[in-house]
Amino acid sequence: MLHVENLTASIGDKQILKGLDLDVGDGEVHAIMGPNGSGKSTFAHALAGREGYEIGGVATFDGEDLLAMDPEARAAAGLFLGFQYPVEIPGVNNMYFLRTALNSVRRARGEDEIGARDFLAVAKEAMALVDMKPDFLDRAVNAGFSGGEKKRNEILQMAVMQPRLAVLDETDSGLDIDALRVIAGGVNALRSPERSMIVITHYQRLLDYIKPDFVHVLVDGRIVESGDHTLALHLEGHGYADFLNTDLNAAPDRPLAGTPS
Amino acid sequence: MSETRSEIERLTSAGYQYGFTTELDTDIAPPGLNEDIVRLISAKKDEPEWLLEWRLSALEAWKQMEQPDWAKLNIAPIDYQSISYWAAPKKKPVLDSMDDVDPEIRAMFDKLGIPLHEQKLLSNVAVDAIVDSVSVTTTFKETLAEAGVIFCSFSEAVHDHPDLVREHLGSVVPVRDNFFAALNSAVFSDGSFCYIPAGVRCPMELSTYFRINSQNTGQFERTLIVAEDDSHVSYLEGCTAPQRDENQLHAAVVELVAKDRAEIKYSTVQNWYPGDENGVGGIYNFVTKRGRAHTDAKISWTQVETGSAITWKYPSVILQGDRAIGEFYSVALSNQRQQADTGTKMVHIGKDTSSTIISKGISAGRGQNTYRGLVKVLRTAENARNYTQCDSLLLGKDCGAHTVPYIEVKHPSAQIEHEASTSTVGEDQLYYCRQRGMTEEDAMSMIVNGFCREVFNELPMEFAVEAQRLLSVSLEGSVG
Repeated sequence: MLHVENLTASIGDKQILKGLDLDVGDGEVHAIMGPNGSGKSTFAHALAGREGYEIGGVATFDGEDLLAMDPEARAAAGLFLGFQYPVEIPGVNNMYFLRTALNSVRRARGEDEIGARDFLAVAKEAMALVDMKPDFLDRAVNAGFSGGEKKRNEILQMAVMQPRLAVLDETDSGLDIDALRVIAGGVNALRSPERSMIVITHYQRLLDYIKPDFVHVLVDGRIVESGDHTLALHLEGHGYADFLNTDLNAAPDRPLAGTPS
Repeated sequence: MSETRSEIERLTSAGYQYGFTTELDTDIAPPGLNEDIVRLISAKKDEPEWLLEWRLSALEAWKQMEQPDWAKLNIAPIDYQSISYWAAPKKKPVLDSMDDVDPEIRAMFDKLGIPLHEQKLLSNVAVDAIVDSVSVTTTFKETLAEAGVIFCSFSEAVHDHPDLVREHLGSVVPVRDNFFAALNSAVFSDGSFCYIPAGVRCPMELSTYFRINSQNTGQFERTLIVAEDDSHVSYLEGCTAPQRDENQLHAAVVELVAKDRAEIKYSTVQNWYPGDENGVGGIYNFVTKRGRAHTDAKISWTQVETGSAITWKYPSVILQGDRAIGEFYSVALSNQRQQADTGTKMVHIGKDTSSTIISKGISAGRGQNTYRGLVKVLRTAENARNYTQCDSLLLGKDCGAHTVPYIEVKHPSAQIEHEASTSTVGEDQLYYCRQRGMTEEDAMSMIVNGFCREVFNELPMEFAVEAQRLLSVSLEGSVG
């Protein structure tokens, strides 16, 4: 579904992604872990098409050149980004925002727009998934939301948009354990053989709830290690120190050393 | 980042939809302002002697005054002697029948989306249509008359209801109030008059639609609304003008009188021609609007100002009676090279008076937007309250937003709150919306409309829809 090869991203003189490779197949869940500043969020935004980066390399989505598309075209193609810092839009109510979003991608795909009544049913189902209160639809987008509400709202939007590929950027940051469970529950309910996910996180904790098929370690703009979920457990125990060493093979207890990623 | 900025510039470079001219046979006075011209205007309108005297006193006052320069506006010198102070479509409309309105004028209003045929009107709104300072027709007069409501052109009111006009004209905005008000008082040509008798709730929205058509003429309307005890009226005002290279002067005066327990809601959607992207042409909109609220009365101003090259406008409320309420809700947009210096004055005189000010300024292109407001609490105004909120939104890097609040309090019991914020439209916000599939245009329109929500909520339904559309159009570029 997603093929990324030698992806680079820089802002001005500062190169952040330095040749990132990743392949995501249908229905797969990939976790990307890495220390602060390793380029995790930049990778997410490079996929979603945020302006301001100098991008190089290849990224295709179902064979289409993702990097040539506007952000809205990527959304219409089925790419969804769950933001680490969801943006507040004062005065715009959630119901209106969500319906406009859904109808925008439907229009772009040549589908009929969804009417207010049918939409309400879709929205209610999505709200139940992440345990959102009924007054939620009348409130302004993320304005005055708690950290947990903002993150739940991202998953709710994902449930409404029904993307083919969801990139969740530190969806677990700033959440208490109960909120984490709710969100992970929502994400798991949305897993399907047709839908793939890239889950970006600092901590292994989230991966106790959302079990990934693959785990990748991102250090200094490159994926330096890939494995299954046991890699995440190793990181929990040892931190990223093993991978920060410039001479990777010199790291004493580096797991799976030498296995091709 | 520079790419995003240029995107915002592109999104905010506007096109003006109402710039067409209509060929009307027009009666125009020679340029210049002097006693003869004032006498000519008064004679053309067959006015009583007292009104001519009133005009002449205003002219004398005006001659002694200077154009105010305290606003944050860059105004090219205006030659008041090169402007024509009287222009009127020649074909005299017969006001008894809508069918007698000049077909050209009817076509013009159709083009503007303001049908003058009552049977074609879908919404419950009576319209007074004013072209180049002269009222051409007023709809739904009979229906209103049944409720005792008088809604007619100012000229008609002078003839048919002279006592009402004489009693209230200049009672809220005296001839010497300011330079532009004095000018208007001397040369005003027409406008709307409306009178709501005691205890009457006006059965429909009243609306005046202003259109400048002629070249090199100033437009000086005078609107007077009198709401007797326990009455209620909602009044709407809309304005457009053709696209021309020279600046045109519009100096109007609006006076509102809300007697005991009366309520007046006055809404404006101002879309005069703003000039082009280089600042050539456009209307100078120098307007004095003020209301006097008596005991337990309420006056509410709502304005959406998207047009004009320069806007100088401070709709105000004198809270004369005890427990009177004043409100000001404003959205002002300055795009391209537009300048707006607008706000309100709330003068608390009575006890337990309260006022609310919600101002939303939007600056785009090279626009400059200033909120200027005065909250004044006199010694007599025990327990006065004011809440002010001024929010500014900047779209792009070459525009400016300024907030100049004045607060003068003479009574220790006053409670005054002032909140202000300045934000930019967020590249973050645009990106977030686009990631959810919306185009940049839709996203921008949604964000800006969201910013204005509190004000749009105060507008009557049809007007709110119109205002949203107008704002989107004013911000849209020629994308494609």
